[in-house]
Amino acid sequence: MIEKNIDIKINNKKFSAHEGQTIAEAAKANNIYIPLLCSHPDLKIKPNCRVCSVEIRGQKTLRPACSTKITEGMEIFTHSPLAKKARKINLELLFAQHREECSDCVWRFNCQLLNLAEENDAKITRFHDRKTDYPIYRFSNAVEFDSTKCIDCRNCVEVCKNQGVGYLEVYERGAFMKVMPTKKKNIDCVYCGQCIMHCPAGAFEGVGEFEDIEKPLSDPDKIVIAQFAPAIRASIGEEFGLDYGEIVTNQIVSALKKLGFDKVFDTSVGADFTTYEESKEVIERMKSGKRLPLLTSCCPSWVKYIEFFYPEFISNLTTVRSPQEILGGLIKTYYAKKEKIDPKKIFVVSIMPCVAKKYEIARSQLKINGMPSVDFVLTTREFARLLKHRGIDFNTLRPQKLDDLFGSPSGAGIIYGATGGVMESAFRTTYETLTGKRLDKIDFKQVRGLKHIKKAAIEICGETKKIAVVNGLGYAKELIEEIQRNPKDNYTCIEVMACPGGCIGGGGQPLPTNDDIRLARANGLYKIDKTTKIRRAHENPIVKKVYAEFLDKHPKLAHEILHTSYRKQKREKN
Amino acid sequence: MSIDIIQQLKAANLRGRGGAGFPTSLKWEAVKNTPSSLKYIICNASEGDPQLKKDYFILKNHAEEVVQGIKIALDNIDHSKAYIYLKKDYYRKFKKPLLKLIKNLPIKLFKKPGGYLAGEETALLDAIEGKRPEPRLKPPYPSEAGLWGYPTLIDNVETFYHVAKIAQGKYKNERFYCLSGDIPRKGVFVLRENLTIKEILDETHNAPKSDFFIQAGGTLGEFFLPHELNQPINGLGSIVVYDKVRTNPLLLAKKIIRFALYQNCDKCTPCREGTYRLFEEFAKKEPNKKIINDILLVLEETTFCALGAMAGKSMISLQTKIIHD
Repeated sequence: MIEKNIDIKINNKKFSAHEGQTIAEAAKANNIYIPLLCSHPDLKIKPNCRVCSVEIRGQKTLRPACSTKITEGMEIFTHSPLAKKARKINLELLFAQHREECSDCVWRFNCQLLNLAEENDAKITRFHDRKTDYPIYRFSNAVEFDSTKCIDCRNCVEVCKNQGVGYLEVYERGAFMKVMPTKKKNIDCVYCGQCIMHCPAGAFEGVGEFEDIEKPLSDPDKIVIAQFAPAIRASIGEEFGLDYGEIVTNQIVSALKKLGFDKVFDTSVGADFTTYEESKEVIERMKSGKRLPLLTSCCPSWVKYIEFFYPEFISNLTTVRSPQEILGGLIKTYYAKKEKIDPKKIFVVSIMPCVAKKYEIARSQLKINGMPSVDFVLTTREFARLLKHRGIDFNTLRPQKLDDLFGSPSGAGIIYGATGGVMESAFRTTYETLTGKRLDKIDFKQVRGLKHIKKAAIEICGETKKIAVVNGLGYAKELIEEIQRNPKDNYTCIEVMACPGGCIGGGGQPLPTNDDIRLARANGLYKIDKTTKIRRAHENPIVKKVYAEFLDKHPKLAHEILHTSYRKQKREKN
Repeated sequence: MSIDIIQQLKAANLRGRGGAGFPTSLKWEAVKNTPSSLKYIICNASEGDPQLKKDYFILKNHAEEVVQGIKIALDNIDHSKAYIYLKKDYYRKFKKPLLKLIKNLPIKLFKKPGGYLAGEETALLDAIEGKRPEPRLKPPYPSEAGLWGYPTLIDNVETFYHVAKIAQGKYKNERFYCLSGDIPRKGVFVLRENLTIKEILDETHNAPKSDFFIQAGGTLGEFFLPHELNQPINGLGSIVVYDKVRTNPLLLAKKIIRFALYQNCDKCTPCREGTYRLFEEFAKKEPNKKIINDILLVLEETTFCALGAMAGKSMISLQTKIIHD
């Protein structure tokens, strides 16, 4: 399609803009600021909040910049006295719904609402708060929805529907609408936390965010061990003003040490164990032809989704535990034994890009010797806030190395943080195990990138195997339905991550998050993989060592550390 | 039927009678010319404005012409199916007689689930699709992508009545008016369209003798003083006459605000929050004028659909002409 340019004027200056663009798009392309509040690049233009209203010469009323298309000769005034006045009043009305809870808010340091109030001289307390008696909902131990803060933009409702869940719905309450959990019994939250990532008002947050963040370090008698997920190293810098995707692995280590953690390990090492074990399982299932396609289980939201919405696929889930659970289990067994520590004294804290991981650690099927493998989860945001509370200046920290033993992941373990990473890692190991040959081209580019469903066919030992990778839970439904329609032409393996972009776009990650940011974070991880010497999970010396010294010798315990089980779920009460 | 109905609609200069007054022939043409294997025709008989009783009047007295009008649309627009979208009590009342007239035509009856706003032409599409009825963002217009995404013709029940009259060669450029308030002869009247408000009052022998003011165009219509009546009605065909002495304009204002507060869909900030804060202000002994004016400004300037703008205009005219005159 040939793009036609048309002439418009914004604030009396001439611009050439693409036909078909909205006023907001044309303004952005020409570096002119128009405030947007209810719009998020992942979602449809609604346009509900009316904060972007601008004046257009010849139009009877103001028009929303986010949804109004430009036309030839259009003259737009983004900050005319009328536009500014209307913006100020609409903001005051929005604040009249929003109970301020600024000190404990996920948007504490970059609140769009507050910035807009300042820019437009809006008096945020002009009206009394309308929703003070609205309820706070809690979805398991993972997500909290404080509806006293909700500004009714409904981004959460849309994203929850896009996630294929539809747990959040609009109901009537007297003269008003309100957002609340659905009353339908056949729908339940899967704790992906995308509502948090798309709420401009901070009405959603992780459970315990931020009031519980001091808890993991509060018991002086415990040996507190941290592990952090692959995705964190490419995102936490954003909380301290660094570029999107900037890699800060060794600053994370020193930050954790400074906070008082006794040891710092890398969840990516756990990922290498997951890959190795899962690869064995794929090979077994390929041989038997049973329980195919194998579905990944690293993502607890996806696991809950299957258990609740598609229990008939439970037997397809790999029984291999997620990286944080395997590493936690190894810390409380192998490591404790080696260091002669009573495992009951160990307190494992995972730093995760995810709120569903809070739910995962509480699953009873994931215990080890009767103990939880992981004791506490801090999200990326919570970890950053803890550092700010303690006055730790992340940017001036002297980088420190990870602790030995579980401190050296393969490149394959690192890319777990991006969509397609589990598949790529499993492919490297499975292909080389089955064929006995080393891959010339180790990069599996077909499964990388933000496309929501990625499919590929692989030639292994003369056979073609179909695989698929999904990011964005709503798209998994599409694939499941495809399998149900067409059971004969089956996939061998399917990776699903609930969040768009995979864990780098997780519900515990820094705000804001959009596709540009997801891509930058993913690229950061791929850069590490590229420059890491060992890029195959099965070649990681620690994996080989722990199997040889420990896991292979204690098969029963090994099974407990490495595997789990699933069950059909009923809707949770809240 | 070989006559080209669209040319006839054009020649008759028929405009939609739902309030917006868009040329009917253009709508029909747009739906006819959008290629699609399925199209919908919707007859909107869901008047939610308490001042209106004309859909009721037409269904009661002219159902045959209405069904005839829809049939003409079905014949004219290929691959089409129709709905008659009825207010709840109208559905109950007219289901039987309508079904009798419909026989085996592809016309279904649909009961409106919500209040006033569920009668808005795009909100009713949501209602039929089983969603919360809210006005949709345009474009796309319903003629391009309406019900379930198919090209859809939505016309008022009165418009279909006139279509039938035009096809019969009996159209007399008339319109249904609802007159109420402090007048001797209330009810639905069929008069020429484009009459001025004054002419309507005169022709129905309703010209008030004592001092008065009127509201034209529905519950959210504008207010006019006696010297402003030499103009036709904008919007809905309703006139309410208020006796100046007997009417408490503040109570009237409260009624309008309450209506806007409860009948808006809560989608956009100025409607959802603004009408509530107006309601609050007017409940006070001394309402804050600055707050009222500020909210009326955002209602008039920034609401998503016409409801908020109408409420704003209505209140502004009431404020400037009657409350503070």
